[in-house]
Amino acid sequence: MTLLDRHLAFVRALRTAGLPVSLAEDLDSVRAMTDLGLADRETLRAGLAATLLKRENHRPSFDALFDLHYPALLGSGVSLTPEVSTDPTSEDRGDAQTSSATSAAEREARLAELRGDLVEAMASDDAAALQALAVRGVEQFGAMPGRGQGLSQWSSYNTMRAVSPDTLVLRLARALAAEQGEDPGLRTTTATRRVDAWRRRVETEVRRRIAEDKGAEHVARTTLRPTIDQLAFTSARRDDIAEMRRQIGPLARRLATRLAKEQHARRRGPLDVRRTVRASLATGGVPITTHHRPKRPHRSELVVLCDVSGSVANFASFTLLLVYALREQFTKVRAFTFVDDLHEVTGEFTPGADPEEVLTRLADSARHASMWGRTDYGRAFGLFQERHADALTPKSGLLVLGDGRSNYTDPGLHHLRQMTAAARHAWWLNPEHTRQWGTGDSAAPEYAEVVAMAECRNLAQLTEIVHDIV
Amino acid sequence: MTWFQSPADASEQLHEAAYLADTSTATTTYLAGALEKPLLVEGPAGVGKTELAKAIARANGAELVRLQCYEGLDEARALYEWNYKKQLLRIQATSSDQAWEETHDDIFTDEFLLPRPLLTAIRREQPTVLLIDEVDKTDIEVEGLLLEVLSDFQVTIPEMGTVTAVRRPFVVLTSNATRELSEALKRRCLFLHLDYPDAVREKEIVLSQVPDLDDTLAGQLVQMIARLREMELKKAPSIAESVDWARTLIALEVSDLDEKAVDATLGVVLKHASDQDKALAALRGDANRPGRPGSAARPRPRSVR
Repeated sequence: MTLLDRHLAFVRALRTAGLPVSLAEDLDSVRAMTDLGLADRETLRAGLAATLLKRENHRPSFDALFDLHYPALLGSGVSLTPEVSTDPTSEDRGDAQTSSATSAAEREARLAELRGDLVEAMASDDAAALQALAVRGVEQFGAMPGRGQGLSQWSSYNTMRAVSPDTLVLRLARALAAEQGEDPGLRTTTATRRVDAWRRRVETEVRRRIAEDKGAEHVARTTLRPTIDQLAFTSARRDDIAEMRRQIGPLARRLATRLAKEQHARRRGPLDVRRTVRASLATGGVPITTHHRPKRPHRSELVVLCDVSGSVANFASFTLLLVYALREQFTKVRAFTFVDDLHEVTGEFTPGADPEEVLTRLADSARHASMWGRTDYGRAFGLFQERHADALTPKSGLLVLGDGRSNYTDPGLHHLRQMTAAARHAWWLNPEHTRQWGTGDSAAPEYAEVVAMAECRNLAQLTEIVHDIV
Repeated sequence: MTWFQSPADASEQLHEAAYLADTSTATTTYLAGALEKPLLVEGPAGVGKTELAKAIARANGAELVRLQCYEGLDEARALYEWNYKKQLLRIQATSSDQAWEETHDDIFTDEFLLPRPLLTAIRREQPTVLLIDEVDKTDIEVEGLLLEVLSDFQVTIPEMGTVTAVRRPFVVLTSNATRELSEALKRRCLFLHLDYPDAVREKEIVLSQVPDLDDTLAGQLVQMIARLREMELKKAPSIAESVDWARTLIALEVSDLDEKAVDATLGVVLKHASDQDKALAALRGDANRPGRPGSAARPRPRSVR
């Protein structure tokens, strides 16, 4: 494969991953590559990023694809960088291949050695050594023996399970004591951060090994995670959720700026004839400048009904947070959470509140909202009609969040019909893919006949929908 | 002219201009000079985006022309304006026998042109760094205006014709990403995301700005700042604020950043009351009881001791 082919494959992979790379940027990147040379990998990475990448939230995808297409080393340690080649494991890699056959005791000894080296390298935060150890860790403990041809042979899960990150954090925290003083909180956060960073190195290394077996494109297609705004709420992991939470603030800010701009553009109301005629006297009766009546800003009330049962809790809380961050766009927002019982959570959102705390409190509210712990939409709608029917007025919008999976109970369509009739608009956001509506216990199609239902699986879709609602 | 010889050279020269650049900053800066493309720098407030432009100017002995963007910025403020008053004077001063055509040719000349930052930068013959600051604050229309300037380095003045750059300026655009910039603008630029530096680099920066600071104290300060940034505050402390903090500690003659010192000076770094409360609670909580329930949301092992 020539360098140009490799580069073109890389650009193609970026496009497949959803990064908009135009031909102009492609040309720039080739010029940058010629200019910078291939001697230093990090310089090359920076140069390509500068020309091809235009959004920071695409960075993880870019880095992962770069690692795949421009790997740091080949095989199991025939390295291109001298630091790694001194790694003792590259000599005994012959028997590492058969690590499944080695005795448990030997494996234990090797593991202990690896852990020791890891703690040492992490304590000094030595990037080269950490990289070498990631290679070694995957080599020794990441293999998945016994899988057939064409199945991936390497696993970051296996590696991390063997190394056991929790123990590592503990040992590292202890090792850091000398350097960072007697502050356990600081030591553990530093330790956790470094172990997490190493985990990412292991994941990259595993992807590289698999890419070598089956080609970079296959790996890019199967193992690469989508960018954070395209990531489905339901498949988000713990650190993804933390990242999403960080995104909510800026997202709301961008959305508010956009809304303000659009309202600004629409502000010109109907012609004010009186003022225009009066102003035209100065120009001899020619209406050179027209005057318009200002439009009254329209702000609506919003009532949010939110399913907080386990499967949709993440989605619901992010939507609530986003809606609340946009408080200024509404005169009043009332929020209710339900599983089978109904609970008002409007009070949880104080101005200037911190998203982390709000999310924790919302999670608590799930307890209040549940009596038997089984989602029952019909009951929740009935209770809403019974207790809070006055919340819906011709001025208010109704927003229902949930997957419509009601455990085969009565969907309570007539309640929902009454509610939509009482409100000015009604929307339903469903975190499931359209093709899953109506499968199993999902009553989504029936509800969709009553209210406009939209698929809302990630932050990008959420932003668009909330924009339309406001 | 060549701005920098290589990424290493860029890093070195920026360092001499009192700006500590990491690999990607140095590489991107070098590339922007070598490929003669505008450089779009994005990132949170106070990480040194504007400072980078200033440092590039200092390192090359170039003049910095700055266009500060704001909502409502228009062509007249960004490009050029005609000096109406002077034109009127000129018309009044002409003798009555001069034909209108001549006067008309007279009053649309260079003499009556008020160049604004963009035109100034393009017409300059000496090395110039053009800084377009906070480009996300402008309206969409101004972006359209920038497109001509940034892709061809030329400005069209209807009365005079097209002015093309004699010498291409080094253009730096900065943005806090409050609004998504148009694809067309992004495509014309190299992109650099500046983020908070790692602890080692930040310590170097603080020490280079505040040389009197004690080395261990600087270390403590940087660690503390790093922890504050992890706390999901409304406004995370920026580099500028850590430098301010360092200066405050010197002014107050604090020699050890203990709980009391932090209590007294936290206002220098955190500018929201809710942020301060949260930070103090978290710092106390970490020191006294590690398994605090409120901190469960943050990834952390179950047992510490």
